[in-house]
Amino acid sequence: MANVINFILPFLPELLLAFFASQLLVFGVGKKGRTDIVRWIAVGLLIVYALSGLIVGVPGTTAFNGALVNDNFSYIAKAILGLSAAAALLISESYLKSERLDKYEFSVLVLYAVLGMSIMVSSNSLLSLYIGIEMQSLALYVLAAFNRDSLRSSEAGLKYFVLGAISSGLLLYGISMIYGFTGSLRFETIGNVISAGNVSTGIIAGMVFMLCGLAFKISAAPFHMWTPDVYEGSPTPVTGFFASAPKFAAMALIARLLMDPFAGMIDAWQQVIIVLAVSSMIVGVFGALMQTNIKRLMAYSSIANMGYALVALAAGTAAGVNGMLIFMTIYLITSIGLFACILQMRIRDGMVEQVSDLSGLSKSQPLLALIFTVLLFSLMGMPPLLGFFGKISAFLPAIDAGLTWLVVVALLASVVGAFYYLRLIKTIWFDEQDRQFVKPATALSALSALSALVLVAVLFLPVLRTPVQAVLGAAANSLF
Amino acid sequence: MFTNLPVLSFITFVPAFVAILLMIFSRLTAESGRAQLEKNASLVALVTTLFVFVLSALLLIDFDASSSAYQFVEDYEWLGGGINYRMGVDGISVLFVVLTAFLMPFCIFASQTSIKKRMLEYMVAFLVLETFMIGAFVALDLVLFYLFFEAVLIPMFIIIGVWGGKNRVYASYKFFLYTLLGSVLLLAAILWLYSYSGKVLGAPTTNIETLSNNLDIPGGAQTWLWLAFFASFAVKMPMWPVHTWLPDAHVEAPTAGSVILAAILLKLGGYGFIRFSLPMFPDASTLLAPLVFWMSIIAVIYTSLVAYRQKDIKKLIAYSSVAHMGFVTMGIFAVNFQGLQGALFQMISHGFISGALFLLVGVIYDRMHTREIAFYGGLVKRMPIYAIFFMFFTMANVGLPGTSGFVGEILTMIGAYQVNPWIAFGAAIGMILSAMYALHLYREVIFGEPTNDKLDDIQDMTSREIIIIAPLAVFTLVLGVYPSLVTDITGPSVEALLANFQQATGG
Repeated sequence: MANVINFILPFLPELLLAFFASQLLVFGVGKKGRTDIVRWIAVGLLIVYALSGLIVGVPGTTAFNGALVNDNFSYIAKAILGLSAAAALLISESYLKSERLDKYEFSVLVLYAVLGMSIMVSSNSLLSLYIGIEMQSLALYVLAAFNRDSLRSSEAGLKYFVLGAISSGLLLYGISMIYGFTGSLRFETIGNVISAGNVSTGIIAGMVFMLCGLAFKISAAPFHMWTPDVYEGSPTPVTGFFASAPKFAAMALIARLLMDPFAGMIDAWQQVIIVLAVSSMIVGVFGALMQTNIKRLMAYSSIANMGYALVALAAGTAAGVNGMLIFMTIYLITSIGLFACILQMRIRDGMVEQVSDLSGLSKSQPLLALIFTVLLFSLMGMPPLLGFFGKISAFLPAIDAGLTWLVVVALLASVVGAFYYLRLIKTIWFDEQDRQFVKPATALSALSALSALVLVAVLFLPVLRTPVQAVLGAAANSLF
Repeated sequence: MFTNLPVLSFITFVPAFVAILLMIFSRLTAESGRAQLEKNASLVALVTTLFVFVLSALLLIDFDASSSAYQFVEDYEWLGGGINYRMGVDGISVLFVVLTAFLMPFCIFASQTSIKKRMLEYMVAFLVLETFMIGAFVALDLVLFYLFFEAVLIPMFIIIGVWGGKNRVYASYKFFLYTLLGSVLLLAAILWLYSYSGKVLGAPTTNIETLSNNLDIPGGAQTWLWLAFFASFAVKMPMWPVHTWLPDAHVEAPTAGSVILAAILLKLGGYGFIRFSLPMFPDASTLLAPLVFWMSIIAVIYTSLVAYRQKDIKKLIAYSSVAHMGFVTMGIFAVNFQGLQGALFQMISHGFISGALFLLVGVIYDRMHTREIAFYGGLVKRMPIYAIFFMFFTMANVGLPGTSGFVGEILTMIGAYQVNPWIAFGAAIGMILSAMYALHLYREVIFGEPTNDKLDDIQDMTSREIIIIAPLAVFTLVLGVYPSLVTDITGPSVEALLANFQQATGG
């Protein structure tokens, strides 16, 4: 009995999450039209789940025969995932209602996606890694096509699915090669084989295939092609969700993979990561320049931001993982705030999607315009906002590791990137055209205001910043 | 008086705090109270900036001018890992703080009549801008400095873009992206320094004093770092050939924006050279000084010639600013007592003179809504008081003895002469050229027969405008006659800087 308890107990929160998600599904079927209740329960579940690991979790335990591991890193990652998913659910409400998409399945799918992501960030073997990725991806495919009557949304879902399948294929192929050349699926064993110096070409090829498959998930160039179309076609709250939690989960997974089993072959993977980083930054910033649709613009912006996060990972040190975690956390806060802003801007005949629709926002809704501006400047990495801190946290480890040129490229890319954020700010503030925006929902304004406040205040308030820094630092260290 | 109080933080953050309060009030005010609120906002901003000025004046009184050490130092743990919240002033920076605080009330006062829309947001932007500018001058930590230095772009971008002229969008983009491009290289260099200091000193730090005094950087790296710092400060300064954003930004910015741009923001570049480039990279500074000299001389002569051909008054003054900044860089990289003193003096004096000139342009622009030189002529008949002030500041701009412009230019030239007489010779030619364009401007705008009918009923300066201009004239004159007011304060710090520099270069 004790064995069974040890076998599953460390993973109890996830099991409970799965259980309640299924219960919620049944409940939703029984009580059609009670989507609000389902959503609130889901939000509550996510928040409790997010905090459970931090509060009662025991770092260093494994579950399911070592297939899954709980350490500080996975607890922090799950906390961030859960909270950002909860925020994504909160911002989805008004949009889904007004677009007549308010179905209870939405909340349940988000729960399942979070479950998949949790498996990803705790995975300790190649199989659980693959299961986690597939679980979250399946939920995300459905979410992308959630507006099934819309051609664009269905197209987005299908495109995401097809390209996602290709990436899974690449990933599986890589996994099979790694398995073939190391004889194990477990991270420790693979790590031992690699650090013993037996880095054969087969392992390197497998590693490259795996990274290619994972690069799809974080939409790093040159595996980014799906991103703009899926971002544009999906319902906006879904896009907001895509831009936050899944990116973080995949990035955390890559970090674990590189720092744990592949730690012994940093020379090999560092080059791959650098190529991914540089191409993502360049594709991201130049691709965004000409976009007129806000969601497409955000897609390219997320590609570029993944590039910056990869710069931190390329360092291959604990400080690098820490920098990546700080950067991604700040990016998550910003992008949720931004999508909350985008969702707030309803004009009479529908949602705002074009950049030019934002003109005159500072006249009609000064507070929203201010929040939007703060978020954009932060995303640009301008001091004194938190985004600046995220950038220096991400770039410092790379400089420490001797990758100064990479940081210079990243900083120059961020100058190009500044241009399209400035274009949004220009449209909001400089263009005179009055539009009547519909009064936004409270949850949206509150969330966007909160994220803006975080970005403005945290840099100068050590009370808020120091504990978060400490927790993220501990998380990064637990991988080494 | 202030020794144990965080007075620098207070001076820095009071304007931003008031700006936040203003924004909160604007949310709480109903639509009907909007007009009154806008009016009150400008009053609140005026009182705030005056308060900050009084504080900075008290700071100056309390400042021990005989010491070269940093005073009123505040040092708190900030981002962790050796990046601290560290502020303090010495003889080099204290005057810039006072200059900023001194000019802000004039800008606010001048804007009360000339700004026609969104007064509240305008005031908020200016107050935030003041916080960032003062913060950049008092920061003693590289990251903290960078934070303020770069943050200045945000309010300035908004000020140019929202309240600027016809071509404001282009100008604001150009201003922002140009300066940002320079700054990111500075950021890369700062991160490199931080990382390097960790390897060499054991604990990474961005403390300016530690980096200047204790860190030995090998020659090759010094050159790269120097170039990265140079990229940022040269754009900010601006030096030829990266000066092209300045005329656009000046022309499109509202009057007060131009004043701040010319009087304070440009000084951040020169301040950066003195505060960072010289003490931290002495070998590279010596190595690359000839480059700076030639760029300065080209700036002085070339931009003076360009200024002569301008059709827009503001553009002409903007180009003259570039030329005058050429004297500053020349003085700084002469790296001797006269050169540095002259550069500092020139920056302070240029703050008054260019600020006043832009305000004077604003006076006629508010009346006629054009800045075209050809439009005006014979203003002396209609606006005698205006003609007097314009004459005075034109002369100060040329560097007439008795005005502060003269002292700065002569000191930098003495400094440069000791290094290379030809450089001083080039600068002297620049002085002649500056007389050429300035007198040309004066003749075209003020003298001659009034040919334009539209100028028939132009009014002379109001008492409000006189109140704004007169103190600047007084200071320009006082500093011209009694320059020790500035040089006594900057002297000890400059001497200490030079002593360190010579020790580091072994000369």
